[in-house]
Amino acid sequence: MTLWFVFALMTVAAIFAVLWPLSRSRPAGTGGSEVVVYRDQLAEIDRDMASGIIAAPEAEAARIEISRRLLAAADQSESEGPAKGNLKLRRMAATLALVGLPAIAASFYLTLGSPRLGDFPLAERSRVVDANQPLADLVAQVEAHLEKSPTDGRGWAVLAPVLSRLGRYDDAVRAYRNAITYAGDSADRRADLGEALMGTAGGVVTADAKAEFERAVAQAADNAKANYFLGLAAEQDGRKADAAAIWQGMLAKAPADAPWRPLVQAALVRVGGVAAPALPDGAVAAAKDMSETDRNSMIRGMVDRLATRLKQNGDDVEGWLRLVRAYLVMGERDKAISAQADARQAVAKDAERLRQLNEGLKNLGLDG
Amino acid sequence: MIAESGHYALVLALGLALIQSTVPLLGARWRDVALMNVARSTALAQLLFVAASFAALVTLHVTSDFSVVNVYENSHSLKPMIYKITGVWGNHEGSMLLWVSILALFGGLVAAFGNNLPLSLRAHVLAVQAWIASAFYLFILITSNPFLRIANPPIEGRDLNPVLQDIGLAVHPPMLYLGYVGFSISFSFAVAALLEGRIDAAWARWVRPWILMAWIFLTLGIAMGSYWAYYELGWGGWWFWDPVENASLMPWLAGTALLHSALVMEKRNALKVWTILLSILTFSLSLLGTFLVRSGVLTSVHAFATDPRRGVFILLILFIFIGGSFSLYAWRAPSLKQGGLFAPISREGALVLNNLLLTTACATVFIGTLYPLALEVLTGEKISVGAPFFNFTFAPLFVPLLLAVPFGPLLAWKRGDLLGAAQRLTVAGIVSLVVIALVWAWTYGGATLAPLAIGLAVFVIAGALCDLAERVGLFRIPLSISLRRARGLPRATWGTVFAHAGLGVALIGIVCETTWNSEYIGEMKANDVAAVASYQLRLDGLTQRQGPNFREMVAQFTVSRDGEKVALMTPSKRNFTTRGASTTEAALLTRGASQLYISLGDTAADGSIAVRIYHKPLVLLIWWGPVLMAFGGLLSLSDRRLRVGAPKPAKAAARALQAAE
Repeated sequence: MTLWFVFALMTVAAIFAVLWPLSRSRPAGTGGSEVVVYRDQLAEIDRDMASGIIAAPEAEAARIEISRRLLAAADQSESEGPAKGNLKLRRMAATLALVGLPAIAASFYLTLGSPRLGDFPLAERSRVVDANQPLADLVAQVEAHLEKSPTDGRGWAVLAPVLSRLGRYDDAVRAYRNAITYAGDSADRRADLGEALMGTAGGVVTADAKAEFERAVAQAADNAKANYFLGLAAEQDGRKADAAAIWQGMLAKAPADAPWRPLVQAALVRVGGVAAPALPDGAVAAAKDMSETDRNSMIRGMVDRLATRLKQNGDDVEGWLRLVRAYLVMGERDKAISAQADARQAVAKDAERLRQLNEGLKNLGLDG
Repeated sequence: MIAESGHYALVLALGLALIQSTVPLLGARWRDVALMNVARSTALAQLLFVAASFAALVTLHVTSDFSVVNVYENSHSLKPMIYKITGVWGNHEGSMLLWVSILALFGGLVAAFGNNLPLSLRAHVLAVQAWIASAFYLFILITSNPFLRIANPPIEGRDLNPVLQDIGLAVHPPMLYLGYVGFSISFSFAVAALLEGRIDAAWARWVRPWILMAWIFLTLGIAMGSYWAYYELGWGGWWFWDPVENASLMPWLAGTALLHSALVMEKRNALKVWTILLSILTFSLSLLGTFLVRSGVLTSVHAFATDPRRGVFILLILFIFIGGSFSLYAWRAPSLKQGGLFAPISREGALVLNNLLLTTACATVFIGTLYPLALEVLTGEKISVGAPFFNFTFAPLFVPLLLAVPFGPLLAWKRGDLLGAAQRLTVAGIVSLVVIALVWAWTYGGATLAPLAIGLAVFVIAGALCDLAERVGLFRIPLSISLRRARGLPRATWGTVFAHAGLGVALIGIVCETTWNSEYIGEMKANDVAAVASYQLRLDGLTQRQGPNFREMVAQFTVSRDGEKVALMTPSKRNFTTRGASTTEAALLTRGASQLYISLGDTAADGSIAVRIYHKPLVLLIWWGPVLMAFGGLLSLSDRRLRVGAPKPAKAAARALQAAE
């Protein structure tokens, strides 16, 4: 509420800046003119001559020149005539300030700003969210310990995922490499290392990252993370068919309750493979036999049912995420965004749920 | 709330700028004083809101609010406070905000202190200023918004590029921007004059302080940037003819020409149309510099093509302002009244020569900077135009310029006497010949050109002093009277002397550094001794140290000369964990104007370390020169007297005069 009050005050101040000069009946100061400058120059010549900088004949010549300019300038200002007021224009300007200024400000700010977000200064956050502080301390402690005994593989293995979560990808890469060197190679570590490498490249599967995923798959052919990212690498290279093949293979081999199923299914839809998000297996089987239109209407029906259910009971964070993801997959970004807003509202009272929701939305690529 | 208020303040500034860019023009057209005065109050309010917005961003950086994308990407909670503040403009979004803040500052200054301007001129100037401001507010809000938020703020930021974590960042960009953006005022004055269709000597008197101010800041900014590159990049070079450097040099060259032609205009009412053209040109080059540095086109033409939003937007601004102002110039300039007349050999003539040489030099830099880009766009071939090109084109233009510099102030206005001026410069000529002979004898068998170049530099300095001696009548009249005259001289005259002498001083530094620089590059182990020039440097050892957000390896050198210990030097290499980058911190030892310079390379497996040691004779003169020039500019700026150029009256047989333009 305070924020809107501050905005209102600022807007009023800005409007006042425009209205103030318009409201004054006798404007102060009519400004300088060329005439003044030339008069001062004439005075300057006298001073220069008195102090001996220029001689009398030169001063005389200069005086003649400047007097000529002075006359011309005086003529000019006379021919222009006095300033006059124009009430109609002033009224227009005032209206522009009163209506246009708030309109421009509001239209820009409401599209670009995030008025619902408060400030998060670091000092404040570490006081409120106590959970973060021990984590930072802990990381520092472990890092200090590893500085002294850099061959402690277990230490590196513990530290690496934490660094990755903190967003310190460069350090995480180093930590994973050390963990692999000192605590032994494994498919999971290779896959994690690849993911950290992607982090350093801002989410792009680089050649280095891809090499790590391939090593992981060489050690354990059905390592889910490595396979998923190899598919992503194919997608980023523009080889959509390969990506779809990899992901389809994963889904075929995976157990029905694998937690990453929805993610892979969503990815598959993105590259134009089959499968709608988060459908029970039976429905998928049914959908396979349908025509394109039928399938779409079936999916739409399910999504609508989900939306109705969530309207009645909004506590289900997972459900909200599924809904947003479904809209995204169907290419209805507007609906996804409005569903996101609804979701935030629904779980706003519960800090823990809100955090989960935000985390999930970020993964969907809607935020951040 | 701070972040959002800052964001809103910026949006309001845009709204005010849009009003400021239209209403005063209507007022000037219908001669309504109240409407014209809107320019003033909106300019001041705009300054207030932009300042608030900038303050908000600084606060966010200081409090490490990582919910703001800009803070998250460029700050770190462990960074020392000074770098948290300077980091605000160490990134694209923040530096653009600084750019518009300075633009608003200059607009506000014109509004606050422009009481001596005619109302309609002030309204026009501020309206044009607001056009520029609106364009850049839109650019910031749409493509480089520093106030975008993250709903789920991370715990730690990604830190500032380590090379930028240096005190140089605190001073260099603001100085440079004060210079770049300062020239927007002369641009606005020029466009205002074209719109009004009126221009005269008074116009030049009003615009001169602004040009001078911008020129001083740009001079200091460039010098500062060069010194920063010298000690931070670790290569001991101070000018690389790098496109970013050229981008700041071009407006400086054009601005220097503008400074001199505006002087002619104020004093003699001549060169009017040319001055307008230079005003437009200078600011256009400033905009071009902003485009080159900010669009990413320099990193690679292709990087620019993959995310072209910013680049295309600036390119659009560039087209509208440069194209628009030049079209306006082509349309209106012919209708402006021609200025005063003067003989080819005269103070005016000398300043025209100065202008021609400076703008040609500027054109060569322009070609050398943009040709590789154009070639890459057209053919995809990547070439680099380096120092050899610039040395071969720039030097031949600067030698005649420097030769002519001492003559200029000694010539009379309107019709001058070249022979007389030459006679008065005899002393300077003799001094420089003696210096050439001495230097040549001392470095016998060495470089041939260097003694000549030093002679030229000495000629410039001695010429400036000759001018001074001439004015106070030194040795011709009693010393006491001369001293009194010296005190009575306008500060502007002293300014000319300092600025011109500064040119010579910088040249001496450049010649000495490039010619007699000695270096040692090699691997050193503890207790090894390297000999450079007449100094012996012993590596005492390497130690590790933990800084606030980096680890550094410090090497300690004992410097001795003729067996006598002179000083300790401690160059280091810093490793910044967050970005995984390292920087070299060179150690500098200043002896007079010369410097010893040590920078560290990589360590080898056997504990030895690569070391580069340079002895750079008189290197500091390179930066003392510009500082002297800026000081001269400051003296001239502080001189609030009007400038009058008294013409030399024609003799019985008047010489043929020719039109100024």
